[in-house]
Order: sequence, then C-alpha cells, then structure tokens
Amino acid sequence: MDQTSTLEKVLRRVAISLVILFFMFPIFWIVLMSFQTNETILRVPPSIVFEPTLSNYVALITGRLETQAGTLEVNFMSNLWNSLFLSAGSVAVGLILGIPAAYAFGRIKFRGSEDIAFTLLSFRFAPPLLVLLPLTIYFQKIGLADTYFGLIWVYQLIVLPLILWIVRGYFEDIPADIEYAYRIAGHSWFSTFRKVALPLAMPGIAAAGLLAFIFAWNNFIFALVLASADKQPVTVGALAFVTASGIQYGQVAAGIVLSILPTLALALYAQRYLVEGLSLGAVKG
Amino acid sequence: MSDAVVPAKRKGFRISPGALPYVLSLPALLVCIGILVPFFTAVAYSLQRYRLSQPWARRWNWGENYWNFLSDNSFWNTLQVSLTYAILTVGLELVLGLCIALLLQKRTRFNNFVSIMLLMPLMTAPALASLMWKLMTNPGFGILSYFASLIGLEDFRWASDPSTAMLTVVLVDMWVYTPFIMILLLAGLRSLPKQPFEAAALDGVPRLFVFWRITLPMLTPYLLTATLFRAIESVQQFDIIYAMTQGGPGDKLTVFQVEAYLNFFQSTNVGRSAALLMILWVITYVLSMIFIKQWLKLRERQRGEA
Repeated sequence: MDQTSTLEKVLRRVAISLVILFFMFPIFWIVLMSFQTNETILRVPPSIVFEPTLSNYVALITGRLETQAGTLEVNFMSNLWNSLFLSAGSVAVGLILGIPAAYAFGRIKFRGSEDIAFTLLSFRFAPPLLVLLPLTIYFQKIGLADTYFGLIWVYQLIVLPLILWIVRGYFEDIPADIEYAYRIAGHSWFSTFRKVALPLAMPGIAAAGLLAFIFAWNNFIFALVLASADKQPVTVGALAFVTASGIQYGQVAAGIVLSILPTLALALYAQRYLVEGLSLGAVKG
Repeated sequence: MSDAVVPAKRKGFRISPGALPYVLSLPALLVCIGILVPFFTAVAYSLQRYRLSQPWARRWNWGENYWNFLSDNSFWNTLQVSLTYAILTVGLELVLGLCIALLLQKRTRFNNFVSIMLLMPLMTAPALASLMWKLMTNPGFGILSYFASLIGLEDFRWASDPSTAMLTVVLVDMWVYTPFIMILLLAGLRSLPKQPFEAAALDGVPRLFVFWRITLPMLTPYLLTATLFRAIESVQQFDIIYAMTQGGPGDKLTVFQVEAYLNFFQSTNVGRSAALLMILWVITYVLSMIFIKQWLKLRERQRGEA
C-alpha cells in the first residue's frame, strides 16, 4: 500500500499547498488589509510590503473615524457587544431549556418522545424567513420588537436543536446501571440527575454550548429582519458599515477581523467537538 | 442493606414518574410552539391578497398566489436560480471535500494541523465571508481582480457582472462550506475498518479499484448525510447572496429567500412572499425527511461502534 512514488508525493504536496492557499488566503489578506490605510490598499499593483498601522483598530475601538470630510462617529463596538450579549444570552437560555429536555429524551424514553425530538430537529431545517416575516408583524404588536428578549427567543431556533441533540447523545451513553445504582441507594431522580448524569454529560454540554455560541454569533438573517439599529450584532452591523460613506477600506477589514476573531478562537479551542456538533451529534470525531 | 433502600421522605411537591419527562421537556416545547404560531400565520398569509402598502385591500384569495406562479417568469427564475445554486455548490463541495479528505486521511501531525486550519472558513460567519470576498473582488483595489487581470481577464467584474455573479457567490459558498463536507468525510474515512484495505493491498489490487469498490461504498452513509445536509441549507441560502449582491445584478441571484425578503420589505407583497417561502418549505421538508432517516442510520452506527 505504501509504494508511493516520488511523483505522487510531489503531486500530493502541490495539491495540499493549493488547498491551503485557497482556504487561508482570504483571511490572510483581510488581516493584512486591516493594518493598512487607503493609501497602501489602493496601490497598483498590490504589494504585501507596507508600513503596518494600528489606526484602523484604534478608530473602531474609540468609535471615531477620521475621513476627508471630517470625523465620523461609528458604533462598531456596540455591535460587538450586541453579538456577545445575544449569543451568550441565547446559549444560556438554550442550555436551561435544552438540558432537561435532552435528559428526558435520552434517558427516560416516553410516549411520543421520538416524534417530539424529530419535530424539534426539523425546525433546524425550515426556511428561517418563513417564521421571521410573520414574527416581525407579531413583534410590533406585542412589543417585542426592538428587544434583546425577542431576539434571544428566536435564536432558540438554531441553538435549541443543537444543544438538545448533542447533549441527548451524551445522556444516552451513560450506562443506565450507574444511575440505577444511585437511585437504589435512596436518592431522588433529581439528585441522581444532578450528581451523576449531569457531571458525566458535562463534556457534551460544554461542546454544545460552545458550538451554539458560534452559530448564534454567525447568524445573520434573524437579526437582519428583527433587530433595530441599536440591537444589531456584528454580522448585520458590518454590512451597514461597508455601505456607510467615507469609510476607509482598512477599517472595514479591521471590523471584519474583530468580528470573526472570537468565533475562530472558540473553534480552535473546541475543535475536538466540532465534527460531532456540526453533524448534530451523528458523527463522532 | 435494607435500611438504605427506604427512600428519604422529602417535603415539597413530587412529580409522578410518568409525568416527569413531559415536565422536563415542557419548557423547550413551549418555546417551540411559540415558533409554530408564526408558521401557521405564514401559511395563512400565503393564501391571502396582502400588501403592507394596501392593508385595506387585504382578503383571502385562496390559491391565487400559487396559481399566479405558473405564469410568473420571475418565479421560474427564482426556482431555477435556487436549484442551480444548490446543485453547483453541493456538487463542487462534495468533490473538493472528498479530495481534501483523501489527501488528509493519514493521521499525521501535519494533516491534523491542516484540517484544523481549514475549519477557519467554516467558523467565519457567511455574511462576513461575503464581505471579505467583496473586498477582494473590488474592481478598484481587489486582489482577485488584480490576479484576474494578470491572467488576461481585464476588467473582470466578479459579482457585479451578470455572467459571473453566480460563479462568485458559488466560490464564496465553496470557501465557507467545503470544510464542512471535508471534516465529515475525514471522520468517516478514519473510522472505516482496516481489514478490507489490508486484504486488498496484500492481493495487489490497484488503488483506483480499491477506491471505487471499497472506500466509496463504505463511505456512502457519510457522503449521503453530508450531501443532504448541505443541499437543505444551500437551497435556502440567504446570507452569502444577500451580503454580496442583494440578489442582483438584476434578478440573477434572486434565490427563494432573497426574493421573499425583497418581496416583503421592498414591494411589501406579503402574500407572494409567504407563498414563495411555502414552496421552499415543501422542498426542504422533503429533503429533511430523507436526511433525518439517513442521519439516524449513521447515528445508530456510530453509537453501535462507540
């Protein structure tokens, strides 16, 4: 099997290099842009030799953009804060709702449990706008428009199925005998759940939480339709930022870098669980 | 022993064992029922003549919104664009993802490092990925426009040219989602049993033959799961296309969700928008029923091995 010729080795190396180039180059290039001003970005031909500047990041963080036309106030940091708040909030709510349900579905099989679990899963695949468009009208009526609460609730559409199905798998994998033995010793189901099941499922809960956070952070359409200007997360905010007049391209790039950095860092940290999470718990990495 | 079996009497409310699972899953269910309400509202909208600009003219027109689609060119355009997008992205990503997975199959430190690096595009928000590519394809300073001019494609306008708009968004989709297929197939490849491959190597079976007759058939459950998963998401793609061109130039990229969004917010034609989404829902529902079956099989198999 290992009779690989030199030619094949060379071809493999070339192929892998091309793959790395295609997938890494955009990130590399945007990071470079974020350290440049329009002066060097607009050079023809482009060059990777330039004097790096932090001015773009400084401008975004302080919220004051210097343009030819004068100083422009931007609120990019509030977009970042909104992303953080919405994602963390929806994961917290998702875990509180999802863990007990996952335990019920995974451990205590009951009438209709499979049907309900699949209905929840199928929400994950329905076109989001189908729910979002009527919701905009409802939210106006019941006063949920322009609230974090309304958004966090809708974010459960992506967060809840993910948490439910990953954590459920972990509860199923705990041998029933362990819990049974603990119950026999006279403990209530709740202390069994808290002292035995919960700690054993902890890795799954952590993985599901991290992934749900990433997906919530990356979500675009929910906030585009439902969030007012002061509640917008980075995905929506960055788009408005690009079309705003008098903005330097380096600042746009810096905004993108700041917005994708948290998810990339989390993904590297959680990469062990990514396969499992991305397949909604079907495939173990 | 016997004294330990006596359960400690506790104060407070007790939940009967039969009701327990329902109680536990009730909060999650309530949240989701809240989501079912707008779904049924959308069904109702799709059966109405309903324009936000003319609320007085709102009335039930039953199947008229759907009936009108038959003679509506822009509907057929939407259907065609959505399917083209889905087939192109899923097909290309599948081939590319499989090739990369095969390249990285051996568990070496380098290969693991590369596969982790390739997850970075997948973890980038698709809307932001579109912005990155927008910066790179800007006719003024975009690096990709410059590369295009180097190979003789002067004034290559990427997403703003009707003839290359589809290519550009498909490229962005491939950049984001190929790693998804790659990582599922890599997990699949690495979990295949070793014996058939060792036996084939001993018998001197040609490697191409091994690939077609052993690797591919054994990988089929993973391939199917990845394909269906991506097909469901791809046919309803919104983020990448909206962030890149908002459906333009013209109606070149008005896929279902983009068209429905524009119908709702620009032409304020709620009825048509809802009817479009219902048709998309039927497509994704059929796909997701097939997917869930396939996904369950894979899940059972993995749990059996674990």
